Amino acid sequence: MIPDQLTHWLLGRFGVSSLPILPAIENPTTSELVAAGAALAVILGAIGGIAFITWLGAWRTLWRDWLTSTDHKRIGIMYVVLALVMMARGVLEGAVMRTQQAFGLNGGFLTPEHFSELFSTHGTIMIFFVAMPLIIGLANYIVPLQIGARDMSFPVMNQISLGLTATGAALVMISLLLGKFSTGGWTAYPPYTGYDFNPGPGPDYWIWSVALAGLGTTMSGINFAVTIFKERAPGMTLFRMPLFTWTVLCAAIIMVFALPPLTVATLMLAADRYLDFHFFTNDLGGNMMNYVNLFWLFGHPEVYLLVIPAYGVFSESIATFSGKRLYGYASLVYATMAIAVLSFTVWLHHFFTMGQSANVNIVFGIASMCIAVPTGVKIYDWMATIFRGRIRMTVPMIYALGFFYLFVIGGLTGVMLANPTISYQVHNTLFLVAHFHNVIIPGVVFGLLSGYHYWFPKAFGFRLHEGWGRLTALLWIFGFSFTFFPLYALGFMGMPRRSASYTDPAFEPLMLVAFFGAALIVSALGSIVIQLWVSVRERESLAVPLGDPWNGRTLEWATSSPPPHYNFAVLPQVEDRDDFADAKAKGRAYMEPDAYEDIVMPNNTSLGMIICVSSTLLGLALVFYIWWLAILATGVIAVAFIARTFVLSTTHVIPADVIAAEHRAWLAGVHAAGPITRDAETRSANHGLASLELPTLAGAER
Amino acid sequence: MKHPTLHPGLNLGPHHGEAHEDAETLAFGFWVFLMSDLIIFGLMFATYVTMANPMGLAGGPGPKDAYDLTSVFVQTMILLASSLTFGMASLAMRFERGRGPITFWLSVTLLLGLAFLSLEVRDFAHMIEIGAVPSRSGFLSAFWGLVPLHALHVAAGCLWIMIMMIQMRTFGMVPLVKTRILRLGLFWHFLDLIWIGIFTIVYLGALA
Amino acid sequence: MSELNYQHEVRGYLTGFGLALLLTLVPFALTVWGGFGSVTTFVVLGGCALAQFVVQLRFFLHIDLRRQKREDLQLILFSILLLVIMAGGTIWIVGNLGMRMM
Ligand code: HEM
Ligand SMILES: [Cu+2]
Repeated sequence: MIPDQLTHWLLGRFGVSSLPILPAIENPTTSELVAAGAALAVILGAIGGIAFITWLGAWRTLWRDWLTSTDHKRIGIMYVVLALVMMARGVLEGAVMRTQQAFGLNGGFLTPEHFSELFSTHGTIMIFFVAMPLIIGLANYIVPLQIGARDMSFPVMNQISLGLTATGAALVMISLLLGKFSTGGWTAYPPYTGYDFNPGPGPDYWIWSVALAGLGTTMSGINFAVTIFKERAPGMTLFRMPLFTWTVLCAAIIMVFALPPLTVATLMLAADRYLDFHFFTNDLGGNMMNYVNLFWLFGHPEVYLLVIPAYGVFSESIATFSGKRLYGYASLVYATMAIAVLSFTVWLHHFFTMGQSANVNIVFGIASMCIAVPTGVKIYDWMATIFRGRIRMTVPMIYALGFFYLFVIGGLTGVMLANPTISYQVHNTLFLVAHFHNVIIPGVVFGLLSGYHYWFPKAFGFRLHEGWGRLTALLWIFGFSFTFFPLYALGFMGMPRRSASYTDPAFEPLMLVAFFGAALIVSALGSIVIQLWVSVRERESLAVPLGDPWNGRTLEWATSSPPPHYNFAVLPQVEDRDDFADAKAKGRAYMEPDAYEDIVMPNNTSLGMIICVSSTLLGLALVFYIWWLAILATGVIAVAFIARTFVLSTTHVIPADVIAAEHRAWLAGVHAAGPITRDAETRSANHGLASLELPTLAGAER
Repeated sequence: MKHPTLHPGLNLGPHHGEAHEDAETLAFGFWVFLMSDLIIFGLMFATYVTMANPMGLAGGPGPKDAYDLTSVFVQTMILLASSLTFGMASLAMRFERGRGPITFWLSVTLLLGLAFLSLEVRDFAHMIEIGAVPSRSGFLSAFWGLVPLHALHVAAGCLWIMIMMIQMRTFGMVPLVKTRILRLGLFWHFLDLIWIGIFTIVYLGALA
Repeated sequence: MSELNYQHEVRGYLTGFGLALLLTLVPFALTVWGGFGSVTTFVVLGGCALAQFVVQLRFFLHIDLRRQKREDLQLILFSILLLVIMAGGTIWIVGNLGMRMM
């Protein structure tokens, strides 16, 4: 073989020109320098991470205790870490775009291609690699604890889900270094992402990162649904489940049924690009409008998948920090179910303007407006929960208040958009960008950040620093308002979304306001990092090892912080809806059982990591047409999977005396500690044992 | 939350002890997966239907040129028969007739599966010969996206049967093996359900 | 587990097989030798397919109305509801668009 052919065979279409550093050297415009800077940041971040782990000497621990772990708690934490890292990139990209547009009158500093790449990666990352892993991570950690289970139903599959999500995230990150990402937006509509228009690696990066991560999400959905149906502690009937678990169940059902359309759409697009199929092409009978249809069959349920668990978090934290039972539990459950089912009936509102008849539009317009009804029910339920409660303005409550005000506005603009006639005016303008950020940031992001603060002490045994947390929350709330409210006005003024620059000077003042807001959001990002740093440094004085820092109401608070590997020494016997609150009130809590039993737990396995690494290689091979590598990686995945089925002993036993010793030590701590009142909740006296404060509780009940 | 008899019929029965209990969660999880897969197939069907018109055909070969109904009929019969033979394997397992009968019925099922696949591959080859390839039209893309997807599932099922025959030999009828055969059964019957859709919509519907 | 039980179960599978066979032969015969209007043909095709769906669920997958199997049945019905929404909606929307482009 001549060398040329050999390199082609070995490296596919990968070449030196795929590296972003070269254009930056050849042609050092600002746009290229920003791209090269981002690539450099990824490289430095990776080197820094590796150096840090080496410095800690933690490689063994990382592998043994984390990467190969099947423990739902560890997997949950890894999901959240992944999401937070990706969030840093996503927020920074948003800020870069805001900067570009602030100075974008007649130009700016980014090329249109670069701007397109930015909104495509930003959207893809924020939806698939920030919001989704945050939700799946929190749910992973909390749901088994809330239902009194020892783990998920399928721990190994859980690990594989994480591996596939990480694969998708890795592919998006690698696209900064090798080649370029798609310019087709997070929705990747053909023909813009078709082969004829863009034969480069960009759309392929999008396809494989989203398809592989989507597969992982489908498996997570199956896992959550089965876990919640089959692993509940004795006595935990469906209508005794905490609301967060309910919302995760509904989200899981959406994952199971709404991810398939995404899989279908992405794989059809891949078939068009790789195998010369004609699903969505312009010629030979392809129909690109079917892509839009299939994508939003996934896309709309997806946004509810994101927000429903956030509703769950707010339901938990609002009840806890109001010291009251959740108002209207049943109505909240039914509203959640209604939203989940309705979310499958409204997808067309994303393409009212595509050309179907007015009658079709009307049907979907009305269906969309209907969703506002159950959502309204929920808002009233939460307000009634707060009413006359024993309210503490902790960080989760600040987020909840921001959520109330801002999310309602976002919901109302949504109802406006559900009206096809209005949609015809403002679709594809910044009004839409303002709307969806207005529901996603105050809804999903605030919800998840409030969950992060609420459950952090459970996971790590110490609280997060309260002062920095409040500052972060306020920065988010004001930063959001300054960034996105101007966009509503700009949308009405006619500024299209996804435009790098503009020629109308009337846009500029509001663009500068939005720029200021973005600066606040970036400071929020900085402040949350500082908060983590400060909290870790002061972890001694923030420690709450006894497990119940907030006078919690549900089962996850009925065990130590962090919980033991097996969660509960003996599985709880559930007698009421807010079982732990009931147990504390009736003196059932913190009891030593008559006898301890051995506990069977799943073993570690490296299957998830093998699949993660091979599928990342598979993705890269497909992006760069390196066929031998694609075949090899697929082979490794298949062999690893089949080999795993030949392993019969997949569990180990934790002997009863070990469990008894750990449990008794914890109970001794509980009995030795002084319970603290809600006034002292955020002081260092709080070790995680709550005093009962019955009068307030009873008063509020009546 | 263990109900001892949640899956009577396609189950093992309480006297299978541990395997029966595991089967509960495993079978339910597998059902959920199958339903997710059902949506994938459903959307492929919907795409096929929206493409089965002059615009989608784009002047290329249509159903009458490309499909061989006799072969489809034989394939249908084979797949239906294989559902029955798998049922016999399930019964042999449930009533503990020993490894012999189970292996026998599984082998018959495997052979039928392979026969089905070879007929299908022959049809595909014929279509390629006459130029009915996916790059010709949107309609043919929809066909080639749907029917080979089902074939791929059947091939995976065949591989799974082989693996189970190996595991039956190496491990004996341990609980894990039993619950896997149970799920394999769900998978196999599910594929026949999808095939009902394929012969009705893809073949007969387009030819009628 | 008695021999009698076994016989009973085998008979169940055979019944299912027989019904499925019938419900396959009818649509094939109709398409090949039919000659009814296309509407009638489509209705019969659809009816037979649905019936065979139910037959196979009942006799091969053992899903029926008994209490203990409600959970599976509910799952299947819910899936079918969503499938009808998604696939039916797709055909409606894309079909409508296609018609308006003729
Ligand atoms: C944190 C501060 C954020 C800022 C400053 C920001 C900024 C932006 C900007 C400037 C755009 C491009 C608008 C245009 O096309 O004209 C955009 C698009 C988008 N953002 Fe954000 N965003 C932020 C957070 C988020 C979050 C949290 C999510 C979701 C979880 C999100 C999801 C999206 C999506 C889906 C798009 C559309 C991408 C596309 O056009 O394909 N953003 N954002
Ligand atoms: Cu929507």
